[in-house]
Amino acid sequence: MSKKVIAYFVSLFLLGGAVVLGVTVGTVSISPVVIWNPASDEGAANILWNIRMPRVVLAGLVGAALAIAGAAFQGLLKNPLADPYTLGVSSGASVGAVMTLFFGISIPFLGIYTLPVMSMLGALVTMLAVMAFAKLVDKAMKMETVILTGIIFSSFLGSLISLMIALTGEELRQIIGWLLGSVSMRGWPFVQMALPFILIGSFILWLNRRELNAMLFGEERAQHLGVDVKKRKMMILVSGSVLTGAAVAVSGTIGFVGLVVPHMVRLVWGSDHRHVLPLSFINGAALLIVCDLVSRTIISPTELPIGVITAFIGAPVFAFIFFRQRKGVA
Amino acid sequence: MLKITELTGGYGDKTIVKGVSFEVPKGKMLGILGPNGSGKSTMMKLISGVLPAKSGMVEIEGRAISEFGAKELAKKMAVLPQLHAHAFAHTVRETVSLGRYPHQSGWFASWSHEDEAAVAEALRLMDIQQYEHTPIDQLSGGEQQRVFVAQALAQNAKILLLDEPTNHLDINHQRELLDTIKRQAIEKDLTIISIFHDINLASMYCDQLLLLDKGHVMRIGEPHEVVREQDIERVYQARVSNHPHPELPKPQITLLPGVERPRSASAIRAEDFSISAEMVLYESDVPLKTVSSAVINAGAGWYRTFINRHVDMDYNIDDSLSEMTRFIEERGFKPTDTVGMMTAIKTEHVIIKEFPSSFGSVVIAVTAGVGNAVDVSKAIERPLGVGTINTWILVNGALSDEAFIQAMITATEAKTKALHQEGVKDPLTGTIATGTSTDSCLVAATQQGAILPYAGPITELGGLIGSGVYQCTIEAIALYRKAKMQ
Repeated sequence: MSKKVIAYFVSLFLLGGAVVLGVTVGTVSISPVVIWNPASDEGAANILWNIRMPRVVLAGLVGAALAIAGAAFQGLLKNPLADPYTLGVSSGASVGAVMTLFFGISIPFLGIYTLPVMSMLGALVTMLAVMAFAKLVDKAMKMETVILTGIIFSSFLGSLISLMIALTGEELRQIIGWLLGSVSMRGWPFVQMALPFILIGSFILWLNRRELNAMLFGEERAQHLGVDVKKRKMMILVSGSVLTGAAVAVSGTIGFVGLVVPHMVRLVWGSDHRHVLPLSFINGAALLIVCDLVSRTIISPTELPIGVITAFIGAPVFAFIFFRQRKGVA
Repeated sequence: MLKITELTGGYGDKTIVKGVSFEVPKGKMLGILGPNGSGKSTMMKLISGVLPAKSGMVEIEGRAISEFGAKELAKKMAVLPQLHAHAFAHTVRETVSLGRYPHQSGWFASWSHEDEAAVAEALRLMDIQQYEHTPIDQLSGGEQQRVFVAQALAQNAKILLLDEPTNHLDINHQRELLDTIKRQAIEKDLTIISIFHDINLASMYCDQLLLLDKGHVMRIGEPHEVVREQDIERVYQARVSNHPHPELPKPQITLLPGVERPRSASAIRAEDFSISAEMVLYESDVPLKTVSSAVINAGAGWYRTFINRHVDMDYNIDDSLSEMTRFIEERGFKPTDTVGMMTAIKTEHVIIKEFPSSFGSVVIAVTAGVGNAVDVSKAIERPLGVGTINTWILVNGALSDEAFIQAMITATEAKTKALHQEGVKDPLTGTIATGTSTDSCLVAATQQGAILPYAGPITELGGLIGSGVYQCTIEAIALYRKAKMQ
């Protein structure tokens, strides 16, 4: 059996395990049997399908979206520290979402999709602004320059959000909880809201897997190899923003998933995007499901925001990657 | 195949390449030369299309490259980039496989047999199969360079653009890589444009060269038309000397240092020769440019130690080279810095004379054993024994290549005249001898002081050599005869 087949097998196994754990473990422990035999315990089945399953699916979708977007941003920018959070794209998406809530924006025809679409726009505008500014500062777009630019934009956008929150008054608590990132109490409508965007965004990224491989050697080299760089770059940026926007719209800002997962995948299975992208998708889903499980059980009955858990894992990984890049490449 | 017309371009407002036109026929290799900043890499970018031209045209088989789609162009033209560092490392196979990108299409882009075969061949040609699954960042610069050449070859394009393909490679890998590319060019009828830093490599491998100076074509043509001292010196602002390649009809250049070496006050003097029972020795403070037909280090070179060694008549000449090298080492000299001759004449029979002149002086040393004298016009008619007239001409002056050759001719003529004057006869034919069967001659010069472009009899140097060698040879023969009589 080839190494790649094992990779997918292991990843899917982890995801399956995470889902089963996610729906069975909690304040009320539920036997896994209920998953395929709801009749055995109607009450448990109700909790499982109406409360835990949408939560697990949502966590999985958000994790998958952030991870695959992170993998794509890293490949495109040739920057191992890039992810929706460190680039400030998540903050941009948050501004889009908070603005929608704050001004009560509702775009005709979009209905419930107004929120994710506004998030995506926020994400895309931020992404383009961060890239343009970083390029202005440093033509080579060095790793540190890009991340620093992301932090500058994040801080600025964060202040905008704080301002809007301060002006709302009553809904304050709710928005703060959402900002820290959470997938609790969302239910199936949120899954429905994010699912189409996440599937389309991921699919478009997957279509650019070979182009991402080529772009690891630089845009000029990619063009020599026959890649239509302008078009492909735009496709990747837009779908990355779509994924980030969709994820942020339903779960708030959850950091570092897009950093940790692709890094682990590359470490174990190499940096071929044909596999990095799908494997990040699967493992991102599994990781966030587990993180969500930890966040709601670790100090039960109180729930920690899921972003706290991902940052707890992610920040040290970020430090590690930074250290290794600085020591290794020189 | 590839036609460039009035190509102009650069970055922003800065125009770097200015109105460059040339054509590369199918199957030919064009080398691009030029100093740093002359626009070589910019021109490559304009040709490959990554940098849009401000004006002018690049055409492949009569079609402008702007009309090609990205993939379509990549099928026609492969580019070898300069090396960069990578944040994420692909394995060697993944890297080379990317060369197949333009040949794949559709959402799933299945990997065909043709793709596999092209990758396998590229890996084999660059001799990197053993690294197939190694991440490229773990390879040395030279190995990485070969990986990228393999990537370009896997692209199976008819045109190859190479930007310093031999960067990071040692001389053997430079040769291997260029041999491989050249062989591919011939077998597959590839058209190649390559930037070179090394003028000699470019001259050796390219059919045509283009010398770029400040964005203009300074010269284009066959290597002998482009690799010329004056042009290279002007464009590169460096002193160079042109000389032939030892095996190929391709000109080569040697860089000359810009810093003047400190002039040595020392000159060659007759009294500095030392004579012992086993050799006549001259040790120079500075290396002398030497042309000789000696036993050790014949030909042209720079040497400091000059030995004319006495050996017995029964010395075994079959092994003379290694025996003589041992001899030199045992006496504490460096075989790489020593010109060595042999003679059966006793060293005390050497004649050393110094001839003053307006430019400096000439020191001439001769040992003459005429026992086996030969009339060279009849030499072909019979077997020869060993004999020796060893003639050294050491000049305090700077000689041109012509002067070295003329000095040899003049010395030989003077020697022959001396033999004639002394009535030395070929014992077998009874005719006047012209020399002996194994004479040696050495011309050495300090290459400092007066510049002496010629050494024929018409010049002062030629005149001195003629009369000096003549006198010394006559006296040496007299000594030899006197010794024989006793």
